[in-house]
Amino acid sequence: MLQIPCPWCGNRDEVEFRYGGQAQVAYPEDPVALSDAEWAEYLFVRANPRGRHAERWVHSDGCRRWFDVVRDTATNEFAS
Amino acid sequence: MTRLPSGGRIDRSRTIECTVDGVPLRGHPGDTLASALLAAGRLEVAPSTYLGRPRGIVTADSGEPNALVQVLDAPEPMVPATEVELRDGLAALSLSGVGRADPGGEQRCEKRYRHADVVVIGAGPAGLAAALAAGRGGARVFLVERHRELGGALLDGDERIDGAPGVEWVARAASELAALPETRVLTRATVAGHYDHGYLLVAEHSAPEQRPAWQRLWHLRAQRVVLATGARERPIAFPGNDRPGVMLAGAVRRYLRRFGVRAGERVVVCTTGDSAYATAFDLVAAGASVPLLVDARSEPPPALQARARDVGIRVRTGASVVGTSGAHRVSEVRVADINDPGRAEVVECDLVAVGGGWNPAVELARGPLTWDPEVSAFVPEQDAAVGAARGAFGLADCLAQGFAAGAAASTATGFGASAPQAPVVEGDPAQSRDHPLWSVVGDEVESFVDLQRDVTVADVRRAVDAGLRSPEHVKRYTTLGTGSDQGATSNVLGLGVLAALLGLDSPGASGATTARPPARPLRFELLAGRDRGALHDPVRTTPMHDWHVRAGAVFENVGQWKRPRHYPKPGEDMAAAVLRECAAARTGVAMMDATTLGKIDVVGPDAGEFLNRVYTNGFAKLAVGKARYGMMCTADGMVFDDGVTMRLAPDHYLMSTTTGNAAAVLDWLEEWLQTEWPELSVHCTSVTEQWATIAVAGPDSRAVLARVAPELDVSAAGFGFMEFRNTLLRNGIPARISRISFSGELAFEINVASWYGQAAWDAVFADGADFGITPYGTETMHVLRAEKGFVIVGQDTDGTVTPLDLGMDWVISKRKDFIGKRSFARPDTARAGRKQLVGLLPVDRDVLLPEGAQLVEPAASRTPPVPMQGHVTSSYRSAALGRTFALALIRDGRRRVGEVLHAPLGDRELAVEVTDPVFYDPEGARRDGHQPG
Repeated sequence: MLQIPCPWCGNRDEVEFRYGGQAQVAYPEDPVALSDAEWAEYLFVRANPRGRHAERWVHSDGCRRWFDVVRDTATNEFAS
Repeated sequence: MTRLPSGGRIDRSRTIECTVDGVPLRGHPGDTLASALLAAGRLEVAPSTYLGRPRGIVTADSGEPNALVQVLDAPEPMVPATEVELRDGLAALSLSGVGRADPGGEQRCEKRYRHADVVVIGAGPAGLAAALAAGRGGARVFLVERHRELGGALLDGDERIDGAPGVEWVARAASELAALPETRVLTRATVAGHYDHGYLLVAEHSAPEQRPAWQRLWHLRAQRVVLATGARERPIAFPGNDRPGVMLAGAVRRYLRRFGVRAGERVVVCTTGDSAYATAFDLVAAGASVPLLVDARSEPPPALQARARDVGIRVRTGASVVGTSGAHRVSEVRVADINDPGRAEVVECDLVAVGGGWNPAVELARGPLTWDPEVSAFVPEQDAAVGAARGAFGLADCLAQGFAAGAAASTATGFGASAPQAPVVEGDPAQSRDHPLWSVVGDEVESFVDLQRDVTVADVRRAVDAGLRSPEHVKRYTTLGTGSDQGATSNVLGLGVLAALLGLDSPGASGATTARPPARPLRFELLAGRDRGALHDPVRTTPMHDWHVRAGAVFENVGQWKRPRHYPKPGEDMAAAVLRECAAARTGVAMMDATTLGKIDVVGPDAGEFLNRVYTNGFAKLAVGKARYGMMCTADGMVFDDGVTMRLAPDHYLMSTTTGNAAAVLDWLEEWLQTEWPELSVHCTSVTEQWATIAVAGPDSRAVLARVAPELDVSAAGFGFMEFRNTLLRNGIPARISRISFSGELAFEINVASWYGQAAWDAVFADGADFGITPYGTETMHVLRAEKGFVIVGQDTDGTVTPLDLGMDWVISKRKDFIGKRSFARPDTARAGRKQLVGLLPVDRDVLLPEGAQLVEPAASRTPPVPMQGHVTSSYRSAALGRTFALALIRDGRRRVGEVLHAPLGDRELAVEVTDPVFYDPEGARRDGHQPG
């Protein structure tokens, strides 16, 4: 049960949030222009580091806003 | 009787009467079930779980592996007798390691959620010191203790603090803590889990005399956690070490000191270190004889040996117990030199007190564990634990570490505190090093490592012989440490035995196993608390719910909603009711409460552009006053949701979603607006509960609507399909009426503000009475849509299905991009052989296929693996078709129309013909209903 720093509400329990996966994976500007491999990369391929990981959360039971944080996947500590 | 004439922390002025296995048992307030059993000479408990060997009480704490009981009078499924406090009327049943599920239900279980600056786990001397130091600084402190009393080992010893007995220091500490306004002490409370970011689950239960009994689950979020969990003694794996009468030395001492119970009359003490000497001395002082103390060390501290001699105890060094005998309970032991186990002396005894060293109780430590050769045990990181929990067994050290850790925690959470001056301690025995002894040479099949799981040294050897090296593998191969005691007495012993078999210097070379919460069994009843029955989950009902109840509806749960499934008349089962409701919708008129459909207001200048991006078909050019069916896909091109969306104004759409997916769709829309397209000016608002919705379907629906909404032109020419109108109902209620059909029949949907829902429903029901208007439920809705080949997202789709797989190419815009469009051109979604939606007609017209049934080629071999062709997604009896039918997802389904497939069901094989998924009115001639005149 993590304690997650919502930038709008402060620290809140993990139960109030939904996980959004890796951060900074932009929806491609022009999907049609991408090769199948490039499109598959966008759809399916994500980093899975042991250590610092930039990821998205949404405070679904709070302010309902999306935000990015950096979490260490080995320790669950959030970078301030 | 082995109750001492005096002493112990029990109230001898009152006698408690209870029963174990139906046999009366007496004891006193302050006794546990285990101490009362021992006092009555009932040391033997139920036989072992797997081997059925006689077993006895081994410990005096929560780590008890043998003496498990089921409490019957205030149901507890499986608890150690060492943890059950005696009370009048207690009725317990011995268990052989397996409990009996009890629905429970009478206990009051509640939950508390608290933030704390500092949580101290364990209230022995180190924990008390930590709580005092932190509490004095003003921090909000929780001190959590398993037992009914604070004090831990101080309750069992002779140490003096500041010139007074240790128990007096404990009493002073307890009253000071009680007086601190921000400090809370929980007794009879077990920390079951220590999770990320200082999150703790604590299970607290009421005192034995409290009626009604209650339990409480604390959710604590701590900024700092101080582990003062103490240590557990470990046994030694010698042959026959599971015989009743072989106990841990510390437990024997605790029964003497805390309960005034002498567990044996003639006791052999077998130890690897100093602490068991105290047990031997206490036994002699309590009138027992100790014919022999066996010390594995070749040179124990001379002072201890001298004191043993003074009280008449023979000490044998460099030796160990190497075997036991006895009909059930031990009657003699064999003792031999560790280096020469062949020549053993036989000593008569009725109790063996074993001290194999002490393991810090580290199951709640979150950091790495390291092997400490000084204490021969795994210890947590130095700043994570205090006292015996980190291998400091002297009282002065415990107090000093506790004070320091409490002050540090208080300071770290913003409260100034300096560590108090450590008090003067007397009677703190000097600690010399243990000589770890895991097992002795002898019959490994009789040498037990885990008593609860009946795991022996032979079992560990078998794992090693099978090639296993990792403790985690050996644990799972042998089940060592996986009992309800979570390896309290067996884990480190097992690691030591493993290390010896592998030829390693110490268990540190192979590492410890990972302890995972819950550290102790938690009752589901407690986890559920009050969230059970009607309170398990919020129940959502529509404004017309009471009417449905009065009408005899049978409800189904759709998410949190209660929806009428069908309205059986007296004597009807579901099948009969659904056939009648279906017939009414196809031949007359029927009405349904569709309020539960998700509704989302999509508002803003860019609303049309936004919907164009999330729906596969176009919405930006939808005319105001019109509605359109829309489908949404996820980025991988799979069907996500569908529904009808109306355009109320140029910048205002009202989207509908499936009932169960409403929240997920709103989340989806907000995610794209916030994270990908923040430049779009659009707001999404859930309005599901603001509107009540009534579907009126069937050829006579137009006539009924003409009465309900007299100001409305309901003719086919005046009110086209997929259009909506705002109007007043005849009773003055403002309504939005649309022509939407999910059944293929002429149909209208009436939307009114939810507080008018019942009045609107009553109006329709009254105006349709002479047409025989029939309320219908979700089952009929499902049959009607399936007859038309309309899919239900989540029933005919499962996240692997594209609109193309459903044959819905028409819903995919060629002119614009939308979420998921690129994926339709991926090799996997464009390949042949994908499952496609088809209809199925069972060859036997009366056979109803089960939903989920797999379909295979009739000629395919029935020897697994049988190639699966697909599965049934929807299956019903049809009044309109006069037969059963189904929808299915089949490989290359559309090319296989006309083929016969088989559904193997146990010993039957049902033959089905693959058909087009539209069974009824494929031309759509019924959509406009009767034309008046």
